[in-house]
Amino acid sequence: MGKLEIEKLHFAYDKATPVIKGIDLELDNRKTAIIGQNGSGKTTFVKLLKGLLRPDSGRILLDGADLATMTVAQIAKQIGLVFQNPDDQIFKSTVLDEVMVGPLNIGQTLDEARASSRAALAQVQLADVEQVNPYDLNLAQRKMVALASILAMDTPIVIFDEPTMGQDAAGKAIIKKVIEDLQAEGKAVLCILHDMDFAAAVFERIIVFSQGQLLLEGDAREVFKQKELLQQAYLDQPQAMKIAHALGIPGDLLTVEEVDSALARPSQ
Amino acid sequence: MSIIEVKDLKYRYPDTTKLALDGISFSVEQGEFIGLIGRNTAGKSTLCYALSGLVPHFFKGAYGGSVEIAGLNVRTTDVSEVTAAAGLVFENPFSQITGSRFTVYEEIAFGLENMGLPRDEMIKRIEEALDLLDIRKVKDKNPFDLSGGQMQRVAIAGVVAMKPKVLILDEPTSQLDPQGSEEVFKVVENLTKEGITIIMAEQKMEKIAQYADRVLLLDDAKLIAYDTPEAVFSRDDLASLGVQPPAVTAIARHLGKRKATGHYPVDLEELKMLLAEEGAAHG
Repeated sequence: MGKLEIEKLHFAYDKATPVIKGIDLELDNRKTAIIGQNGSGKTTFVKLLKGLLRPDSGRILLDGADLATMTVAQIAKQIGLVFQNPDDQIFKSTVLDEVMVGPLNIGQTLDEARASSRAALAQVQLADVEQVNPYDLNLAQRKMVALASILAMDTPIVIFDEPTMGQDAAGKAIIKKVIEDLQAEGKAVLCILHDMDFAAAVFERIIVFSQGQLLLEGDAREVFKQKELLQQAYLDQPQAMKIAHALGIPGDLLTVEEVDSALARPSQ
Repeated sequence: MSIIEVKDLKYRYPDTTKLALDGISFSVEQGEFIGLIGRNTAGKSTLCYALSGLVPHFFKGAYGGSVEIAGLNVRTTDVSEVTAAAGLVFENPFSQITGSRFTVYEEIAFGLENMGLPRDEMIKRIEEALDLLDIRKVKDKNPFDLSGGQMQRVAIAGVVAMKPKVLILDEPTSQLDPQGSEEVFKVVENLTKEGITIIMAEQKMEKIAQYADRVLLLDDAKLIAYDTPEAVFSRDDLASLGVQPPAVTAIARHLGKRKATGHYPVDLEELKMLLAEEGAAHG
């Protein structure tokens, strides 16, 4: 359940400037992050996966079925997409009502939707504001509301577009926990990120987009050690890896914790 | 005289009961780069609004204390005069770029036309801004065809061309890829050499440590610290204030590697030196 295969995918908003130029990719159960410079096609790609845009050529298979043959409602039960800008998806007057929209739309009963929405709000630590108007919350909190509304739909595939944008340390910790919980529940998690440190600390597989194509993909450690390729794609290595390399610590370390324990070990 | 003087600033948004800024006092010298940090509800954006005149001219509410920018009292001075002295750049370049113009060059001209400047002066200022923000090579392009980093630099150029004494940026790199963020920090630092004072709210602590002269840490509407990046990022209570220090500082703390100042380093080269000293001592 929840397996996406992408074959020779092409897409352009206008024919003169193709945005997705032949992507072949199979998504698996690893927590997966897509990184790439602004305008490299990441958001367009996940909109194609969600069926919000239709490919010009190539196809997307969801559990073996061509996405093009499915209705938006059918896809909605399988794939949840949290938009980058929460205001693209928020329109109700209380936080709880807002979060319940998605679950109700995919056929949960009122009681089920209320229960799943409350559980999702607890997960993003917004349980105490369920009766507040979403627009009385700040941007980082509205992003959490948008996230909760997707969690409440309980889809086998969850896609996040830039969830850490504008989040402080506490917000990032909540998102990290949500992603780990989703994986523990057996769901497929795909996340667009600009935050290399967060990508390195949380995700197992990293996919690098560059100008609408797949530049590089693989285990986080393998991808993040490709310094030149990352720079070519306007990206950067995680801070911890840069520090480890500068200090001559072997092993392409990904996190501050890894660097700490390497330094704590008696040398030779 | 300091370029920014904030004295016991208190502010509450309309229809709210809690102060968004509570007894804030600090001053900034001309050409300084101040990093504004703190958790999301700390009051960073509100302070940006108070420095640029949006508070109290646009957001009304209850106001106490004073903010002076280049000798102008923000509260009692006409808002157009305040915004001429203190330019504000928003988080999202898409919301700053007007979209009514077809080229970067015309986009930068937009604010200047509104100021009613003579044509010669406008051209002179646009040319300067193109160089300062390093966007000359895209001057004939449509702003919406640019990368995020370039677009944010165009947005900043539009504000800089109006020659503010103080430039206030509210998380200007949050939507940018790593190199786009770096470009923005570099050009903003460059502006300090022109005597422009920078106030930048940011979540990227690595970059603040690298570029800011001083860091102002807010929490729960109050000023908690105003000091060098080293001093602020060496605080023991940082985690409880919702701030994660740069990776270098976190590692130095875990290793107990302090500089002679008693602070942990924020810079990788300094950490390397401290570790080398230790190696030499043991060798």
